[in-house]
Amino acid sequence: MPQYKQFPLPDTAEGLTEAEILTWHVKPGDTVTVNQIIVEIETAKAAVELPCPWAGVVTELHAEPGQTVEVGVPIITIDTDPGGAAAPVAPAPAAAEANGTSSGKIGEEMPGGRIATLVGYGPKSGTAKRRARKDTAAPAAVAAPTPVVAPEPVAAPAVPAQAPGGYVPLAKPPVRKLAKDLGVDLYALTGSGPDGVITREDVESAVAAPTPVAAPSYVDNGSRERRVPIKGVRKATAQAMVDSAFTAPHVTEFLTVDVTPMMELRARLKNHPEFRGVKLTPLAFCAKAVVLATRRTPDVNATWDSAANEIVYKDYVHLGIAAATPRGLVVPKVRDADRMSLKELAIALDELAAVARDGKTAPADMMNGTITITNVGVFGVDTGTPILNPGESAILALGAIRDMPWVVDGEIKIRKICQLALSFDHRVVDGQQGSQFLADVGALLADPGFAMTY
Amino acid sequence: MSSPEQWTHPEPDAAPAATAAKPTAEQVIAGLRATDEGGADLVQLLTPEGERVTHPDFDIDISAEELRGLYRDMVLIRRVDREANALQRKGQLGIWVPLLGQEAAQIGAGRAMRPTDMAFPSYREHGIAWTRGVHPTELLGIFRGTDQGTWDPVEKRFHPYTIVIGNQVLNAAGYAMGQKFDGKVGDDDGEATMVFFGDGATSQGDVHEGFVWAAVYDAPLVFFCQNNQWAISEPTERQSRLPLYQRARGYGFPGIRVDGNDVLATLAVTRWALDECRHGNGPILIEAFTYRMDAHTTSDDPTRYRLSDELELWKLKDPIERVKVYLVRQQWADQEFFAGVEAEADELAENLREFCVNMPDPPAQRIFSNVYAEGNPNLEAQRDEFLDYVSGFAGGEH
Repeated sequence: MPQYKQFPLPDTAEGLTEAEILTWHVKPGDTVTVNQIIVEIETAKAAVELPCPWAGVVTELHAEPGQTVEVGVPIITIDTDPGGAAAPVAPAPAAAEANGTSSGKIGEEMPGGRIATLVGYGPKSGTAKRRARKDTAAPAAVAAPTPVVAPEPVAAPAVPAQAPGGYVPLAKPPVRKLAKDLGVDLYALTGSGPDGVITREDVESAVAAPTPVAAPSYVDNGSRERRVPIKGVRKATAQAMVDSAFTAPHVTEFLTVDVTPMMELRARLKNHPEFRGVKLTPLAFCAKAVVLATRRTPDVNATWDSAANEIVYKDYVHLGIAAATPRGLVVPKVRDADRMSLKELAIALDELAAVARDGKTAPADMMNGTITITNVGVFGVDTGTPILNPGESAILALGAIRDMPWVVDGEIKIRKICQLALSFDHRVVDGQQGSQFLADVGALLADPGFAMTY
Repeated sequence: MSSPEQWTHPEPDAAPAATAAKPTAEQVIAGLRATDEGGADLVQLLTPEGERVTHPDFDIDISAEELRGLYRDMVLIRRVDREANALQRKGQLGIWVPLLGQEAAQIGAGRAMRPTDMAFPSYREHGIAWTRGVHPTELLGIFRGTDQGTWDPVEKRFHPYTIVIGNQVLNAAGYAMGQKFDGKVGDDDGEATMVFFGDGATSQGDVHEGFVWAAVYDAPLVFFCQNNQWAISEPTERQSRLPLYQRARGYGFPGIRVDGNDVLATLAVTRWALDECRHGNGPILIEAFTYRMDAHTTSDDPTRYRLSDELELWKLKDPIERVKVYLVRQQWADQEFFAGVEAEADELAENLREFCVNMPDPPAQRIFSNVYAEGNPNLEAQRDEFLDYVSGFAGGEH
C-alpha cells in the first residue's frame, strides 16, 4: 500500500511562526531520497534549504512559490512506499488516522487534524470549522427609532471583528481555548477577574446566558467601541494644542527645496573620520540651518508674554524636536543648540531620540523650548501645517526627501526634493520675518555653503 | 582613545616607521584580516595538499592505523553534524550548532587526552564528545529541549555543554587548581584539564579571570581556543589587536598557534601541552586556527556578514581531504577502507534520525526536578501551580 506522509513547515530558527516558499526543487512524481534538498524557504531571519525527511515519491506540493506558510502547515506529501500495491490516492490525514499511529510525535498528525511541532501545535489542516458566533446573527433592521447617518449593512459580518485599535481581551490560555471550543467571542465579554481578566466563569456564563434579544443592527451597545480615559501624555498634548491653537494666531508658509547639495555633503561627511559612528540625519542639517537662520530673524525665537505685555527675545536657542514615542508625542529640547557644531547636534539628536523612544524623557527636558522642528518626513509625509508648541513663536515641519523631477539650468533633472512648512505666531512674527526665516533655512539646505556667509 | 578603524587612515605625515621588531598598527591589522593565513608561527605538519612537513619544535610519529582512526573519527563526526543540522531543518531539533570545518581541531585535541584528563566543552564540541565516548545521540536532547545532556560527566570526564559564553573557563580553572591541590600533578602519571572555547569567548571577562587564576596557581590547564574567525558576525580583527595566542604572554604562560585544520599538528601540539601540564608546567594556551564553514547556529545566516570567497578559500583547506590524500599517497588505506567508513557513517546517521524522532517528550514536571539536589518549598509550590495550570486544558492537551 502506498503510504502518504506530510512534511509540515518546521521552525528553522527559534520561534519563527511563518516562512515564504522561495523555490521548489522537486515536483509531483519525482523520486526523493532522505536529506535531498526539496525546497528553499525564506524566514524573517534567513533563506534556508529544507532537506527531505523520507525517501519516496513526491505526491503533491501544498504551497506555491511566493506563498507565506505558517509553521506546522504541511507543504509536501510524499509516498514513502510507492512500490506497494496500487491504491486510490487518499488524502494523507485519512491515511494517518487509519493506521492508528497518531501519537502526537513531531511532524505527525494528531486526532483532530493538527500537526505537532517542537513548539506546540500547528494550525488545523483542511478547512477550519469554527462555530458561529452566537451574538452576531442579527436580523434585518426593524423600524428605526432615530435617524442614522448612513444605513449600515444589514447582514452581520461573517468574520469576527478585528481587534479594534489593537485591543486584545485579557484571558489565560486555558480560558481562551475554552472560549474557542464553546464558540464564545472574547471581544464581547467583560472580564470579572483582577485587572479585567476574563475568567473561566465569565466564558461559561456567556454560554449559559440566553441569546441576546435581536436588536436592530445599527443600535450599537458599545461592544465594538473602546473607551480609554484621557490622561497622561494624551491629555497634556490635547491641552497644549488647544491652548496654542486658540491663543496664537497661526500663519503657515511652505517652501519646496532642492536639497541635493545637502545630501551630497552628508554623504561626504559620513565617510570623514571625524563623523565616524555619528548618525548624521537630514534632521541634523535642518536643525543646524534653523539655529543659523534664527540669528538673522530673532523674532521666530521670541515669546509673546501677554501678562507682562512684552515680547521676550532670547540670546539662546533651546531647540525642541517633536518625537513620536510609545507614550505619545513628546517634545524634548536640545539646550543651547545655537552653540553646537553639526556633529554635536547630530549626536545630541540621536541621544534625544533614543531617550524619548525608551519613554525616559524627563519632564524638565520638555520645558522652556524656544523653537521646534517636527520631522514629519520620517513618516513619508511631504508636509503639514504644524501647531505651535505653547509659548513658542515658530515651528518648522521637515517633509520627506524624495527623488523628484526638478529644473536645473533649464533642464529637467532628478533631484532630492524636500518640502518645508513654517507655522508662526502672527502676534510676534510678521509675514516678512517668517518668510525671511523660511527662505534662509531653505537656502542653507539647498546650498550648505551659504553657512559661510553667516 | 583610538579605534582600529582609524588606524587604517593614519595622518599622512604621522605614519610610524615599521621596524622588524615592532610592526606598525596597519601591519598588525592587515595580518589579522588575512583570515586564511595563519602566519609564520603556525604549527603545521600536514599541508592542505596532504604533504607531510616538519616543524622544528613539534613532530609526531603516527602509524597507519592511528591515522586511519583519526580519519574515521572526522568523517563520522562530520556526518553526525550534517545529520543533526538536517534534523533541525526538518523540525526535529529546536536548534543545532554546526561544527563543520572544525573536525581536525576537535578530533586532534580530543584524541590527545588520556582517560584520566578532564574536558570542559562549550556547546560546539561534538567532536570532543565523540572522543570522550559520549554517543552523538546523547547530545540531541539538549538541542531538542528534552534534557540537558544525559552523560555522566564524572564517568566520561566530560563536563556538560556550557551555553554561557566563556563560563566553562572558570569552572575548568577551578577544577585544574583542584587537581594541583590534590597532588595529581608532577609526573608522567599526572592529570591535566583542557577547556574549549571560541575566539568570541576571549573577549569575555570569564576567560581573562580563568587565565589569571590558572597562571598564578600553575594549574594543569590547557586553554584550547578554536579560532574559527567569526564570533557569530564579529570577525576576530574587531576583537583583538594581536593574534590571540600572543595574549598568553601577558599572563605569563606559553601560547601556540596551530593549524586547526591539520589533525596531526593539533594532536602533536595538544599532546605536548597536556604533558607539560601533567608535569606541573601549565597552564598553556593553544589557538587552533580554523574556520567555521557553516552558520553560527541554525538560526544564523552567515551570508549576511561574510563573503563567499572567504568560504571558498577555506574549502581548499578542508581538514578531512588532506588526510585522505595523505593516506592514499602513503598507501595506508584503500578504496575498501574509505567505502567502509562511508557505510559506517550512513548507519550512524540512520541511527541518529531514528533516535531523534522517537525521543519521548519529557513530563511537565521535569523542568523543576533538577534545580536543587534536595527539595525546595518555593519551587515545589511553583511546580504544583504549573501542573495545575497544564491540567486546566481539557484532555491534558498542551
